[in-house]
Amino acid sequence: MGIFKKLPGLTIAEFDSTGSLLHAAEKMAEAGYEKYDCHSPFPIHGMDKAMRLKRSPMGYIIGTMGTIGMTGMIALTYWTNTYGYPMVISGKPAFSWQAFIPVIFAISILLSAFGAFFGMLALNKLPQLFNPIFGSDNFAKVTNDGFFVSVEANDPKYDEGNVKSFLESIGGKNVEVVKGE
Amino acid sequence: MSSNNKDLTDLKFQDELLFAGNPTFGSVTEDVSKVVETKPGQLWYVLFGISVSLTLMLFSMIGYLFWEGTGIWGLNNPVGWGWAIVNFVFWVGIGHAGTLISAVLFLLRQRWRTSINRFAEAMTIFAVICALLFPTIHVGRVWLLYWVLPLPNQMEMWPNFRSPLLWDTFAVGTYFTCSLLFWYVGLIPDLATLRDRAKDKWGKLLYGIFSLGWRGGNRQWQHYELAYLVLAGISTPLVLSVHSIVSTDFATSLVPGWHTTIFPPYFVAGAIFSGFAMVMTLALIARKVYNLEHIFTPKVLERMSWVMLLTGSMVGYAYSMEFFIAWYSGNEYERFAFINRAFGPYAWAYWIMITCNVISPQLFWFKKFRTSIPILFIISIVVNIGMWFERFVIVMTLSRDYLPSSWDYYSPTIYDIGIFIGSFGLLFTLFLLFLRFLPMVAMAEVKGVLPEADPHHGGSH
Repeated sequence: MGIFKKLPGLTIAEFDSTGSLLHAAEKMAEAGYEKYDCHSPFPIHGMDKAMRLKRSPMGYIIGTMGTIGMTGMIALTYWTNTYGYPMVISGKPAFSWQAFIPVIFAISILLSAFGAFFGMLALNKLPQLFNPIFGSDNFAKVTNDGFFVSVEANDPKYDEGNVKSFLESIGGKNVEVVKGE
Repeated sequence: MSSNNKDLTDLKFQDELLFAGNPTFGSVTEDVSKVVETKPGQLWYVLFGISVSLTLMLFSMIGYLFWEGTGIWGLNNPVGWGWAIVNFVFWVGIGHAGTLISAVLFLLRQRWRTSINRFAEAMTIFAVICALLFPTIHVGRVWLLYWVLPLPNQMEMWPNFRSPLLWDTFAVGTYFTCSLLFWYVGLIPDLATLRDRAKDKWGKLLYGIFSLGWRGGNRQWQHYELAYLVLAGISTPLVLSVHSIVSTDFATSLVPGWHTTIFPPYFVAGAIFSGFAMVMTLALIARKVYNLEHIFTPKVLERMSWVMLLTGSMVGYAYSMEFFIAWYSGNEYERFAFINRAFGPYAWAYWIMITCNVISPQLFWFKKFRTSIPILFIISIVVNIGMWFERFVIVMTLSRDYLPSSWDYYSPTIYDIGIFIGSFGLLFTLFLLFLRFLPMVAMAEVKGVLPEADPHHGGSH
């Protein structure tokens, strides 16, 4: 979807520490902004709560994938050893499940890992190699030691002048407007 | 943001001042990125040249092996498993330290791991690549390797899911994939750092593509952190399961000296032991070559030596317990297998193993040895030698089976030795490329544990 939809412009402001960014996040949530984000070089403890974010649904994705792996592998070992190609080893019953635990376990883990990796990418809409926010030279600091708040132009409360002064009022510096596509 | 004030009254972090010299967010970025951004010194080229030559030797010998068959190795009738399985177990074991550091210590919130985890994970991946090489070439008819996979085929045959060798395929394959994903997820924010710093076209292009467009927004971090946590969580049982399954290659057979229930825990302890030794070796080299003394601090190295002391003692306990059980079982074949290990034709290998694995880590009881860099380096290499000999001693149990008329002595050929040494070349080639092109320290994670990363630091909130 992200590929075909035009990406909106943003207003960004810089903050000088983790503490002030956390503070700003609380103010943004309080003021009722929806399409904003707090950028930092590393995850900041307590930020999800400050931004009032919903719990990440990652757990459900990973759990589902793990369950598919487990049931799929139980089914495969059951079918191959009972119908597909039954082998009698040490006189054990066809479906001697104890011996299949290692492979069932391995595939459950494997699919959970795929769920975690691809689920994370999907929820973050990655890879997305271009974003208007990269148009700001100052923003390159975010992967080094910079802390930023960004507000997207399609936020219902967005109004360039108001957003600018609001960001400045909560301690933002170097407020900058970047154009959309 | 770049304030240098170290708040010593801040008790929460007092114990965690593991990065020497008051680093700031900016200095962490600078120190780690500059390694990648500047041309390496002469030493790097010399080491890389040697490693690539060894790797080329490895691949040419493997080519000859495929042409001629496994007869070029020193395999004989009782010893149908030679250096290939020894090397496989050796390399898989080494990988385990990386997973332990990146996953288990992450869940236990051991902050000191952040300086070595990227590094250790890279070593895991490269060690598992070396490990997977050996069973692959050992099958002889390598073009039929896909038979281990449950693929529908015209023969209507399916793999035997009761075979430990098949368990290995699944366990080690999963282990490799999970380690790779875990490593890559950790790399994404750091690749973005390199992307934003890149000056040349190729750097911008390649770091840009592999960082996937990371923007460091908290809406991304939220899912990212959970994915990372879960990958750590599911890698944790792998630390125990993978080497346990590898040990069942031996333990489910009926060979005296192999058919024991102590094998899984004993193999896992040995794997962590050897892996920490290898991380130590590589970290000490990288620390010297790239002047990263303030990141791989003596405190981190000392903690690694604690782990080596613990797991080394567990391995020593397992050796003695094996002997005790052999005697206690009253089974004469079992007793013979162990007496033969210690006093038979491979006694030399057995005593090398005991000296390197049981005696040498005991030096770590003394602070003097734990904090001396040369001693740490020497012991880490000695332990690696010892752990290779442990697997050698176990496999060579085969040389004297139930029937004395079939006893034989395994002597390696030049191809056994060449392929083993070549696998080190492969590991070091990959590792040097990693040091050259990827950030060797997890910058985002190191920044996250600095005192100023805490939003409540210095009472600003």
